[in-house]
Amino acid sequence: MDFLLDEEHEALRESVREFARDVVAPVIADHYEHHTFPYDVVRQMGKMGLFGLPFPEEYGGMGGDYLALCLALEELARVDSSVAVTLEAAISLGAMPIYRYGTPEQKARWLPKLVSGEALAAFGLTEPGFGSDAAGMQTRAVLDGDEWVINGSKAFITNSGTEITALINVAAVTGTTADGGKEISTIIVPSGTPGLTVHPGYSKVGWCASDTHELSFDDCRVPAENLLGERGRGLAQFLRILDEGRIAIAALAVGLAQGCVDESVRYAGQRHAFGQPIGDFQAIKFKIADMQVRAHTARLAYYDAVARLLAGREFKQAAAIAKLHASDSAMANARDATQIFGGYGFMNETPVARFYRDAKILEIGEGTSEVQRMIIARSLGL
Amino acid sequence: MNIVVLVKQVPDSGAERNLRSDDNTVDRESATNVINEMDEYAIEEALRIQEAHGGEVTVLTMGPERAGESIRKALSMGPDKAVHVVDDALHGSDALATSKVLAAALGTVNPDLILCGAESTDGRVQVMPHMLAERMGIAALTGARKLTVDTNGAGGATLTIERQTEEGYEVVTASTPAVVSVWDTINEPRYPSFKGIMAAKKKPVTTLSLADLGIPAAEVGLAGAYSAVVEHAKRPPRQGGTKVVDEGDGGVKLVEFLASEKFV
Repeated sequence: MDFLLDEEHEALRESVREFARDVVAPVIADHYEHHTFPYDVVRQMGKMGLFGLPFPEEYGGMGGDYLALCLALEELARVDSSVAVTLEAAISLGAMPIYRYGTPEQKARWLPKLVSGEALAAFGLTEPGFGSDAAGMQTRAVLDGDEWVINGSKAFITNSGTEITALINVAAVTGTTADGGKEISTIIVPSGTPGLTVHPGYSKVGWCASDTHELSFDDCRVPAENLLGERGRGLAQFLRILDEGRIAIAALAVGLAQGCVDESVRYAGQRHAFGQPIGDFQAIKFKIADMQVRAHTARLAYYDAVARLLAGREFKQAAAIAKLHASDSAMANARDATQIFGGYGFMNETPVARFYRDAKILEIGEGTSEVQRMIIARSLGL
Repeated sequence: MNIVVLVKQVPDSGAERNLRSDDNTVDRESATNVINEMDEYAIEEALRIQEAHGGEVTVLTMGPERAGESIRKALSMGPDKAVHVVDDALHGSDALATSKVLAAALGTVNPDLILCGAESTDGRVQVMPHMLAERMGIAALTGARKLTVDTNGAGGATLTIERQTEEGYEVVTASTPAVVSVWDTINEPRYPSFKGIMAAKKKPVTTLSLADLGIPAAEVGLAGAYSAVVEHAKRPPRQGGTKVVDEGDGGVKLVEFLASEKFV
């Protein structure tokens, strides 16, 4: 039983904390305001090995584990969620499926540049009319000779339209299963493939410095060998990817929740009202104490989920609990932090205003809070 | 090229720092201790030279046991090994004594190039590179904002720096072996990667005592210091500023204020 990080993970946390403070914090508000992708920050994240955290050294990775990734996400999100989700999606949804299910050729071709952060990969799963219910998938891929022909569209795809996006892992219906259901497979579609249209970036409430697009596929042809993993295993693959991804999103949410505490503590000591710092008022003290409780318990929840994952134990319920509790905590802390900041909390230039705008998606992305409750209830036999 | 980087652990300049009430030395126990910021630039420069010209990079630290944390962090950026001079008798050493110890420790590594930060954020005396060069009989190129290394094929090199000055810069050249001190304008230090952090665990750190270096304890520490802090006091709290209200004569009042403070 040990909740304390070892020296190496603690050192990584510190290294990413310094990076977020020195490299991300000074520039991110401007990117956020103008909805631009922070290429220079991403390049430097690549240089310090963040995109290679959970991958082995043979692909240029850092040889770390999933905990290392989660700690990096937490520390980045403590300052900004856009860069954190860029990293999360690039690893969990982009490179990880190739690492886990790719052929040696696919790995050799794609992984080195994804792992170094020179290139980003995206995961095309969600569609305009389908999210968590796989039966609703409409995008189809048909084998025509030695090529897949893909038709359909995908929605809210992170990292799919940057200048350095190399590929999109596209989930598509490739046939019918023995019991009449949809056979789902994953196919690698390189950026720039004719027939793939990347639509202009969305106007989003939050995560404004991250890259999100709608994609459409119109007789988009890729070689048959771009099939990722086994044909018909697409559903099982992405369920596993999403289970893991939930822990990563939980870590990101904890970062946001803790960032709200950091900012609130700082501001409560500076801002005066009625002749004293507002941090001397019990109303503010208690609010911040409650915020810290949320951040801390949510952190313990994701530590537990990671520990189970790393030990090779069942972690589905723990991941769902961590994601649900962490996103609730992030939302609640963002609400309280903006309240503590008063009028300044309503100004976009204030970090807590960014936190407020970024928190909501955490209750929606990678499985809504309702879906997390479904998973938890199901794990209890309901 | 055999490069040694001097790394000093100092109290974090961004947090509260104090002197000890018993002997007026820096309170390192209660402080958050970090690598002296300027030293990170020296480490980065050493690693870049190593990447271009090969060789080995060694970190050299003089400091108490806990300075080991900073050595580990320095090694996680990429240097190959470290030397840690640690001895209770070193407590309170002044710059002269420190340079004596460091010069002796450098003798065990025999470097072509010694890199260090231009100053430390605790002492800020900026004399260490000169003292080391003097003791070792080698050149000192100080205050570099740029360093160029031209190797001569025989293991040595010509070093050229742009020495940062108030007005601009001077170009200064020396042959190895030499000491070069750098400012934070010279590069952007890398952040330790997880691979670097894991690798640092396994890198050798040689510990040396005063006895190992053949230096009598009486020549260093508080007792052997040529200068001493006799007493210290807290910086007085900042006074409220002067408010100039513009009633049509704001400009005149401002100039009068500036003149009274001898700014103009």
